[in-house]
Amino acid sequence: MMKAGKIFLFLFVFSCAMNVQAQDMSILVQKVKAKLDLVNDYVADGKMKTDVAFIKAPVGKIKIFFKKPNLFKIKREHGISVLPKGGVSINLSSIIALKDYVALAAGDVIIDGIKTKIVKLLPMNESSEIILTTLYIDEANLLIKKAITTTKENGTYEMQLYYGTYAAYGLPDKVIFAFNTKDYKMPKGITLEFEDNDKPTEAEKIKGRKGKVEITYSSYIINKGVDNSMFK
Amino acid sequence: MWTLLQIELYKIFRRPRTYIAFVAITALITIVQLGLKVDGKEYAAFVMADLSNTLQIDGKIMNGYFVCYVLLQLLLVHVPLLIALIAADMISGEANMGTLRLLLTKPISRTQFILAKFFAATIYTILLLIWLAILALFLSMWIFGTDDMFLLKNNYAVQIENADIFWRYAGAFCFAALAMTTVAALGFFLSQFAENSIGPIVATMSVIIFFTILSTMSIPIFNLIKPYLFTTHMVAWKEFFDVKVNSSNETIRGTIQRPDRLINSTFILLAHIVFFVGASLYVFKKKDVLS
Amino acid sequence: MMQQVIEVKGLTKHFKNITAVDDLSFSVSEGDVYGFLGQNGAGKSTTIRMLLTLISPTSGNIKLFGMPLQLHRREILQKVGAVVEKPDVYKYLSAYDNLKLFARLSGVKISEQKLMQQLEMVGLTARAKDKVQTYSQGMKQRLGIAIALVHDPSLIILDEPTNGLDPQGIADIRNLILHLSKEQKKTIVVSSHLLSEIEQVATKILIIDKGKKIIEGESAQLFDPSQTVVELTTMDNIFSLQQLEQSIWQKNIQPQRENVLVLKLDKKLIPQLHRDLVSMNIEVLSLQPRHSLEDYFLQVTSGNQHVDTFTN
Repeated sequence: MMKAGKIFLFLFVFSCAMNVQAQDMSILVQKVKAKLDLVNDYVADGKMKTDVAFIKAPVGKIKIFFKKPNLFKIKREHGISVLPKGGVSINLSSIIALKDYVALAAGDVIIDGIKTKIVKLLPMNESSEIILTTLYIDEANLLIKKAITTTKENGTYEMQLYYGTYAAYGLPDKVIFAFNTKDYKMPKGITLEFEDNDKPTEAEKIKGRKGKVEITYSSYIINKGVDNSMFK
Repeated sequence: MWTLLQIELYKIFRRPRTYIAFVAITALITIVQLGLKVDGKEYAAFVMADLSNTLQIDGKIMNGYFVCYVLLQLLLVHVPLLIALIAADMISGEANMGTLRLLLTKPISRTQFILAKFFAATIYTILLLIWLAILALFLSMWIFGTDDMFLLKNNYAVQIENADIFWRYAGAFCFAALAMTTVAALGFFLSQFAENSIGPIVATMSVIIFFTILSTMSIPIFNLIKPYLFTTHMVAWKEFFDVKVNSSNETIRGTIQRPDRLINSTFILLAHIVFFVGASLYVFKKKDVLS
Repeated sequence: MMQQVIEVKGLTKHFKNITAVDDLSFSVSEGDVYGFLGQNGAGKSTTIRMLLTLISPTSGNIKLFGMPLQLHRREILQKVGAVVEKPDVYKYLSAYDNLKLFARLSGVKISEQKLMQQLEMVGLTARAKDKVQTYSQGMKQRLGIAIALVHDPSLIILDEPTNGLDPQGIADIRNLILHLSKEQKKTIVVSSHLLSEIEQVATKILIIDKGKKIIEGESAQLFDPSQTVVELTTMDNIFSLQQLEQSIWQKNIQPQRENVLVLKLDKKLIPQLHRDLVSMNIEVLSLQPRHSLEDYFLQVTSGNQHVDTFTN
């Protein structure tokens, strides 16, 4: 009986401890969220580079618009922008904006010399597009250093964030957004190109690389109001 | 020589037939432009359909530069036929009309006569391409505006910046002029062997169509002979629309992916022109005018 | 001494297996109207084309104005005007534009006025601005001649200039040739398959057949009236011949041809022959006099479909 009681006690304490830890994670996420909540809106200038193995694209100047809770838009000043499908996911807030979730601690890891907590967010809502998000949080500065999101429709995305001038607002200077590109073959006939047997060497070189979009923010204008029309 | 050239040009541009090509090009281009103006978005969506599974492509894909590329892809297959109409008629037409014997009883050398005729055909070709450029490029730029170009190649897509495009078109049109002059030289050469225009015109068109089919088909046995067909090299203008990338896969402005191919094709086409004109001279100088 | 405008020696042209011109030699002097005669396919056109550098000879020499043709082609051709076979010009251009175009090619500077004069001479002024495709054959022929003459050449070569023309057109050409020869002192080479055309204008005649020279000579000699040939058809040729052999006409009798008796005599004696035939009771069906050249030409070209042209 005692033995059973001991085991029960152990389990109780353990589960309490677990609970406390989960609570901690929720608090941490809440803190991060609170910090991000300081920003109602912003307009940022930046540069965007799309790095997909089968696409040769130039670096383009962009403007990024954001408004709470999750309006987000990247506009290329001129030219054509190539983004992974479901480009909204680039938006950090939309990940954080989850309401019902379970936050689980999954250890610590050092990223760029900074100790980060790994937090796994599991949405409670069955219909949520996001299945799982893993956040790497710099606890000291309440900054998300890395986020890996698995979605139902569009595969897994990985975001790496680098902070500088706007760290106080939780806004990154640079975001590298990585995603899986399926093995891709251009449709024949439509291109009207003659059959080209020797592939360009560069295409070979970059083969097998993950698709990446790299956004470098040069300046933010924060909380000065953004018209909703910008997001259309 | 200058007088001869003037006279040849005068003759070309006084003939109604000359303007068929200009009218045909105008009609084709404006129809395609109209179509793309009305249904351009759908066309772009159709072209990009496979890509859109993975990626979201925003921006004005259907801009003037892209439209011009589409037009050139379509037209540079047909323009040779229009050029054959004039070039393959240059000598056979005179033989058919009976004016060749009158011309050659004039105190002009046969060499100069042939060269003047060939240059006249070349000028016609170039004017046709200038007209093509005005309609396909400048008119499209005016109707559709300009923007980056997003092109699908066989194995990859290329995005070229707006500011990095115009010079490529300048180059592409120069190259096209060279390619079309090759066609003119072929037609001109064949034009000596008949006393009616239809034969050489049809022969020229047939050679081009036949070679183009061989160039387009990717059957291993044909792949072996492709490098030796001038039609394969005639499409090298597309090389202007592929860009080099740096180690982080960013396009480098002002570069061409395969300049070696462009240069190679240029020399091969030039060699063809020299051969056809040289052969024309050789044959014509010995020719007995019996028409 | 008169300058030789054309000197041809041993001229030969083979086309594959066919010998179009065979060792032909002749010469044309300054001021001649040189009649170049032969049936179709005899080699006239080939010879003329060789004179104009349109065809290169297989062998032989051609000198024009005393200069070898191949070496001084440009210089020579500046002094030559020619209509080769049909007078084809650019149908989509007007007569004036055609004339101007070919004038520019002739290597001589020609004034606007001269061009109009030329059109006036051939009677095309009224339609000078009309496209040639609306012209009649005769008008085209006249334009062709205007083009041949526009640069004032000293040698004019006309290859079958009356082909396809109506009688009036033929007469016009004849008069033009006489005018050019007499008034403008041009040297003219004119080819034809019709003797009747040549005999009225030519001062000298060359007949070729199968590429070979048959006869060359002064018209005055070739058309000598003392050498007239009379063809006689009677009800009974055997009886007629017997009668003639016993008469003063015996020395005039020529070898008989088919059903025709042939006599050679001075043209002036024909009326007397006529009377004698009646007195000898010879029933004459036809009596046809020809001068010897015509007779000769007819024989050369016999069996040819154009023979009937001579007998009309």
